[in-house]
Amino acid sequence: MLAGCKALSAFFEYMSQKRILEVQNLCKSFSGVKVLDNITFNLEKGEVHALMGENGAGKSTFMKILMGLLPADSGEIILGGEKIQHTHVHEMLKRGISMIHQEILMVPELTIAQNIFLGKEIHRFSWLNEKDIYKKTRELLKTLNINIDANTKMKHLSIADKQMVEIAKAISNNAKIIIMDEPTSALSDKEVSTLFAIIKDLTSKGVAIIYISHKMDEIYQISDRITVLRDGQYIATKSAQELPIKYLISMMVGREIEDIFPKTEHPIGETIIKVTNLSQTGKFENINFEVKSGEILGIAGLVGAGRTEVVRAIAGLDEFKEGEIFINEEKVTVPSPKAAMKLGIGYVSEDRKAFGFIPQLSVKQNITLSSLSSLSNSWFVSDTQEEALANQMKNNLKIKASSINQKLIYLSGGNQQKVVIAKVLSSSPQIIILDEPTRGIDIGAKFEIYKLINELKSKGLAIILISSELPEIFGMSDRILVLSKGKQTALLSRQEATQEKVMQYAIH
Amino acid sequence: MQYIKNLKQYGILIAFLVVCVTLSSISPQFLTFSNWLIIFTQVSINALLAFGVTFVIITGGIDLSIGSVVAVSGVAAALLARQDSYPVIVPILGGLFVGLLFGLLNGLLITKSKIAPFIVTLGVMTIGRGLALIISKGRPISNLSESFNFIGGGDILGIPFPIIILFIVFIICSIVLKKTIFGRYVYAVGGNQQAAWASGINVNQVKMAVYALCGLLSGLAGILLTSRITTGQPNAGMSFELDAIAAAVIGGSSTSGGVGSIQGTLFGVILIGVLNNGLDLLNVSSYYQQVVMGVIIIGAVLLDSWNQKIKD
Repeated sequence: MLAGCKALSAFFEYMSQKRILEVQNLCKSFSGVKVLDNITFNLEKGEVHALMGENGAGKSTFMKILMGLLPADSGEIILGGEKIQHTHVHEMLKRGISMIHQEILMVPELTIAQNIFLGKEIHRFSWLNEKDIYKKTRELLKTLNINIDANTKMKHLSIADKQMVEIAKAISNNAKIIIMDEPTSALSDKEVSTLFAIIKDLTSKGVAIIYISHKMDEIYQISDRITVLRDGQYIATKSAQELPIKYLISMMVGREIEDIFPKTEHPIGETIIKVTNLSQTGKFENINFEVKSGEILGIAGLVGAGRTEVVRAIAGLDEFKEGEIFINEEKVTVPSPKAAMKLGIGYVSEDRKAFGFIPQLSVKQNITLSSLSSLSNSWFVSDTQEEALANQMKNNLKIKASSINQKLIYLSGGNQQKVVIAKVLSSSPQIIILDEPTRGIDIGAKFEIYKLINELKSKGLAIILISSELPEIFGMSDRILVLSKGKQTALLSRQEATQEKVMQYAIH
Repeated sequence: MQYIKNLKQYGILIAFLVVCVTLSSISPQFLTFSNWLIIFTQVSINALLAFGVTFVIITGGIDLSIGSVVAVSGVAAALLARQDSYPVIVPILGGLFVGLLFGLLNGLLITKSKIAPFIVTLGVMTIGRGLALIISKGRPISNLSESFNFIGGGDILGIPFPIIILFIVFIICSIVLKKTIFGRYVYAVGGNQQAAWASGINVNQVKMAVYALCGLLSGLAGILLTSRITTGQPNAGMSFELDAIAAAVIGGSSTSGGVGSIQGTLFGVILIGVLNNGLDLLNVSSYYQQVVMGVIIIGAVLLDSWNQKIKD
């Protein structure tokens, strides 16, 4: 009886406590290198707490420790008033910490309900009670305002819906703290607002969110407090309202950045590529544009508007049904990426893991992959030429790697992206298509990529830039093509384009 | 030193040295020059097959038809190599041609039909075995010419001819894989096929080439085997593919593609050969030898994944 009372009062004390997570002096080293140095962090019930920092700042290591995926070297984690030491993932899940991963971990062949109850199936003597599993899933989806049939197989869902299901799963685990790592990287604006509505709903129910993102506008839209890490060190925790963006950025990079989009004026030359009436059934129709030497054409639109599909067709990755492509006024065909590259079309894919680089090959080998045969006139790889090219690219693009022989898996996202761009540039293109070139990379590296794009512009390349971040489109482009549901709704000059106009055409 | 580093598996290397030291202390015969000539002659056929399959495995594929191709090309060579028929070059080219044909068939089916290499080569394995039985009418073909029998049984300055073939093929394969543009593409295709394609590499061409090469080397192994046993045997080469794949895997090739080397594979081949030889010298029954081999294969891959974990 007494024990019961004690437990009950402890429970109430815990419930009334506002601070549900407290981290003190957390340290972690990997083979002698300190990646986390005295990290302090706390989380209050019902708040969205943004964790900011460049890639390599220590965010993911910190989150891995919180999730029990890695042990800390020293320091304290106090969760719900209880000190936690050396714990495992399932233990942390039980204690109410869940993580929504960048890569979604679900079984594609199973239904939503089966996935949500995976590992905690409702059963009687090992006999599955499917009826209850579905009933409970439906209730759960309803409380979260998610409008999908619980009977749908995961593989049929869009990335956004999959993410919603992940969140539902976290809630079904009774999560009190949900870590979201770049949750919007694959979402359209509409889906982002649905996600934010769900986050607001969750926080009103007392769930705390640790939110990791590189998108500044989102951070300010959703978060209550912001903690900044830099080079494994705790910099500061501030209320989002009291922290101007300029100050936040300088805290993250450790120096001031005057202008994120360095503008340079260059004369625009002749038309290099012209696309007329480009159409592909079910994907896009009647796309017309041209890009001149030294010009940047930005392509804006919501996710699913057909932006990537259009440029993939031009770069020879996908087929198209109708339409013509002219390069230097000559009609061309692009049956394969190889053919496109021969014509001088270089493509940097939005999906750099799938289409960008070979993880097991080195920086050097990746950079020269598309230009090996032009580097040598025999069957053999020319070592000296290859090294010269790789070193030149490494220096020009400021690729941070221990040497040109380091494998790509060991590089950060931003540096992997630079290697992919270096590879495309090595094939000396006259047209370069950059599809979400700064997705998932930190602000310092973003800044360098913007500078690089401007350099290419000044060298007279024709540049096509796709981005879901409107500031990027506005900051970089000379003209803006807007797509909506596979159709071209506007082609605006930078002078006449405004954020409102572009958004309007994008949802046309 | 760089060479050993490339093996990426000090563990297996140490195990290998331990085996050698133990064997030489137990059996004085083990470390003699003549015993090593025997070991290398014995492993020569598996080496050729393992080199071929290493290329295939690095692209992320697999070739199960190797053993059957050894049989069918060996039988084909034997039919052309009977005494007083053709000059020796004819059975050699004939055997190589049959091997190449099967390799191209594998490559064509894999690149055009998009059926998994495991299934395609499983089918071709059965087809090959059947054809070997058909063209030989199910009987061994003997009475082969002297000059043909030299390939597997002769020697130059005391070095058995199969060992000379082994080292020539070893050098060519290492150079092709490490120094040529094609070799780089092999790694790229296995490491990330889509990215390789988007980088302007003709992925299908690369795949065709590795299966063709694997077939060609199986043809060569078929000729070598037929010549060594001086008979074209339609039942020869049973489960040779498994030994070849085992050697490649012990030597550090990853069946998920993108990783592997000819040096590593040679090392795997020798390790298997030394173990068989040593266990023979120690009079260990062949039943136990199989158990040991299985343990080695799994142990090698385990060690490799541990190494990876430490690295990460």
